[in-house]
Amino acid sequence: MHIADFTKGNLGANAIVGGGIPIAVGAGLAASLQETDQVAVSFFGDGASNQGIFHESLNLAAVWKLPVVFVCENNGYGISVPLRQSTSVSDISVRAKAYDIPGFTVDGNDVLSIDEVVKDAIDRARTGQGPTLIECRTYRWMGHWIGDPQVYRTKEEVDEWKLKCPIKRFREYLISNDMFTAGELDAMEEEAARCVEEAGKFAMDSSEPDPATVMDDVFFEN
Amino acid sequence: MSIKTYAQAIRDVIAEEMRRDEKVFIMGEDIAELGGIFGCTRGLLEEFGEKRVRNTPISEAAIVGAGIGAACCGMRPIVELMYMDFTYVAMDQILNQAAKIRYMFGGKAKVPLVIRGQQGIGRGNAGQHSQSVENIFTHIPGLKVVMPSSPADAAGLLRTAIRDDNPIMFFEHKALYSAKGEVPDDPEFSIPFGKANIVKEGRDVTVIGTHRYVNIAKSVAEKLLKEGIDVEVIDPRTLIPFGKDTIIESVKKTGRAVVVHEAHKISGFGAEIASVISEEAFEYLDAPVKRLGAKHCTLPFNLGLENAVIPQEDDIIQAIKSVLYQ
Repeated sequence: MHIADFTKGNLGANAIVGGGIPIAVGAGLAASLQETDQVAVSFFGDGASNQGIFHESLNLAAVWKLPVVFVCENNGYGISVPLRQSTSVSDISVRAKAYDIPGFTVDGNDVLSIDEVVKDAIDRARTGQGPTLIECRTYRWMGHWIGDPQVYRTKEEVDEWKLKCPIKRFREYLISNDMFTAGELDAMEEEAARCVEEAGKFAMDSSEPDPATVMDDVFFEN
Repeated sequence: MSIKTYAQAIRDVIAEEMRRDEKVFIMGEDIAELGGIFGCTRGLLEEFGEKRVRNTPISEAAIVGAGIGAACCGMRPIVELMYMDFTYVAMDQILNQAAKIRYMFGGKAKVPLVIRGQQGIGRGNAGQHSQSVENIFTHIPGLKVVMPSSPADAAGLLRTAIRDDNPIMFFEHKALYSAKGEVPDDPEFSIPFGKANIVKEGRDVTVIGTHRYVNIAKSVAEKLLKEGIDVEVIDPRTLIPFGKDTIIESVKKTGRAVVVHEAHKISGFGAEIASVISEEAFEYLDAPVKRLGAKHCTLPFNLGLENAVIPQEDDIIQAIKSVLYQ
């Protein structure tokens, strides 16, 4: 969960629901102060949209017209609790109205729809028109944790969503529009799988960290 | 040297650092046109403009979070919280985010962020605007905790804070803002963290105090000198990092220690100081270490009651005499 790569502009995944949203606003603020054309994109779930910090962050980014795109991956459940039990609205995108910013709900399993709406949001961000809230309707195939009994949903519901697999759908689009051959895409998928496997193997084969380093990086030593 | 108030010293260092480094900017509630309710940002808007001197909504968690994000992306934000009591509204951002980002990302990130503001008694601001909240932040690894007690210390420590690449909790005291003192004019004047200040040397008892209690302890020391009691007064200045060596050396000399702060006594930083003394200078002690702090109740609105909650000069005198078995 705690992945980050500051050299690539990834400020890290966050184990506190909603905790990273204002940090993205700060990244947008830095881009605005430094006058770069960078845009901060914050990813969070439907559950996070019920946190106070989500609302504070949208307000601040809206007031300052910061280059931020808020992307809510709405998979219908906050761990086990379905949206209807936790969230006062069925479309999370309507919450944008409260901050007078554009809000959109898109099919989160359709690469092209997302591409279109995000492109517009990035354009608005870069031209000083401020933030956008995008709700991507999607689903979580697996349990929330390894061993999740998933008593809160049916197998039929999961199977139905698996048919809407975004990767499969995009693959079919690319092939039917003669943009890639099945063979080319297979090669790409194999390469990606190999890369992940190698990374996993590298992690498992690496030695355990030296206990003597446990106090490293508490503080930056000036 | 110039004579400045504690508030002016803070304001001037912010301005000097903003002139020196364009990455430094400040944001907070009512800091632009109004110049901060205690005047610590007065005139900054006129000199630096609204991009670098930013009024914010009353939205502490978002202000701190935005400070963290900007710090992660190469800026050096100063976040002013109008009252440090309001840190409690932003706790997730301070304790779970700012403090931990560097460690959790394997040292690949830094968060050069100063969160500053005032706290404490003196204006009858009641339970949610009069607390001394520094101790909670000493318990969370990754934050530095600074407590200036004079205009010169405020200036020197704030410069160090702004130039530090870690998140800093910078606690000012509302009752000290109008205190005057000499401040060096050198725009490079700074005070390193972790170096306790021996405010007054003495042989008989070591009194360790923070914020207002540094001056109060100094005046107690002058009074007791007339009774033949020679008090050494030490101001740790920063709680994290904690300059324990000066305190341990002092206790080895005096054999007696009194710790006094405005924060609540129970689980206050005085308990930490007393423990460190016990661990490292037990054989030198001629009496148990005495702790003074606020009674375990909410800070009352009424000024008389406010004083009844926190240690008074007489309490310090009594504590000193008790460790001397007088």
